[in-house]
Amino acid sequence: MNIIYQTWPWYVSGFLIGMVMLALIYFGKNFGMSTNLQSLCSMTGLGKRISYFDFDWKANRWNFVVVLGAMAGGFVAVHFMSDSSNAAINPETIAQLSQLGIDAPNGKLMPEALFGDQIWQSPKSILILLGGGILIGFGTRYAGGCTSGHAISGLSNLQLPSLKAVIGFFIGGLIMAHFLLPLLF
Amino acid sequence: MNVLKYFLVGFLFGIVLTKSEAVSWYRIYEMFHFQSFHMYGIIGVAVATGILGVQIIKRRNIKDIKGLPIEIHEKDRGTARYLIGGISFGLGWALVGSCPGPIFILIGAGFLPVIFVLIGALIGTIIYGALKSKLPH
Repeated sequence: MNIIYQTWPWYVSGFLIGMVMLALIYFGKNFGMSTNLQSLCSMTGLGKRISYFDFDWKANRWNFVVVLGAMAGGFVAVHFMSDSSNAAINPETIAQLSQLGIDAPNGKLMPEALFGDQIWQSPKSILILLGGGILIGFGTRYAGGCTSGHAISGLSNLQLPSLKAVIGFFIGGLIMAHFLLPLLF
Repeated sequence: MNVLKYFLVGFLFGIVLTKSEAVSWYRIYEMFHFQSFHMYGIIGVAVATGILGVQIIKRRNIKDIKGLPIEIHEKDRGTARYLIGGISFGLGWALVGSCPGPIFILIGAGFLPVIFVLIGALIGTIIYGALKSKLPH
């Protein structure tokens, strides 16, 4: 049963993610996580001031249930299905990160340097997380989708706009990973 | 069953994204430095499975769970919104290592600092909503 605790191979994981998308299509819905950001804003009544949020968010309640399920899945996977072999990334990556002062995984999913308890006392760390979030929220809503809506659903339906979005994701990601992260850490 | 099926699909999604480590900041960093095939393999197989499934649905006119014809929406045409929006998302993705799905999954798993990422993402969504009519699409 070790297979359950180890890192799941890419071919199993990729297949299951594809099936999640197909299941939602079969239910008459579509796979898109960033739509929930728009629905959450709409729930607060922002639609009275900003027309982008003026829609029937209740029609997207099913997607909140998917999110709740995903949160529960994350909890179970982290607390009952993990072991110290997890996040065994490339040793070269670990060496590179240590030069930036970012700790090695050693079974952890997230680096302490960005997500450890000390960040509650560090305005800089909090600003990095907030800033990253703003770029994600603004970008996914401007592009009309994220990894699930464009990279998985859109490309599966051979949509050219989704390919443009995915190229954008990689341009932004490469700029951040190669040029900006070393300036921030 | 009506609501439960969405919960179960989400539950599977949360487990798979966590156990494949697609939610891990480390895996995203490694991907953008081309130091592992892992993430490319996940996205590649997910898309291959999706393409195959969508083609089967279209060619055999498979009906959805309620017996209605399945319509998969075409994305709107355009370039500016996809490239500029995409670049903004990519910058954030590589910085905090999570896309919208993993933001929720990680909070559920107990990584509380990710709440700041969610707050940021909601602020970013509001900024887009407020500026939408002034931005090129």
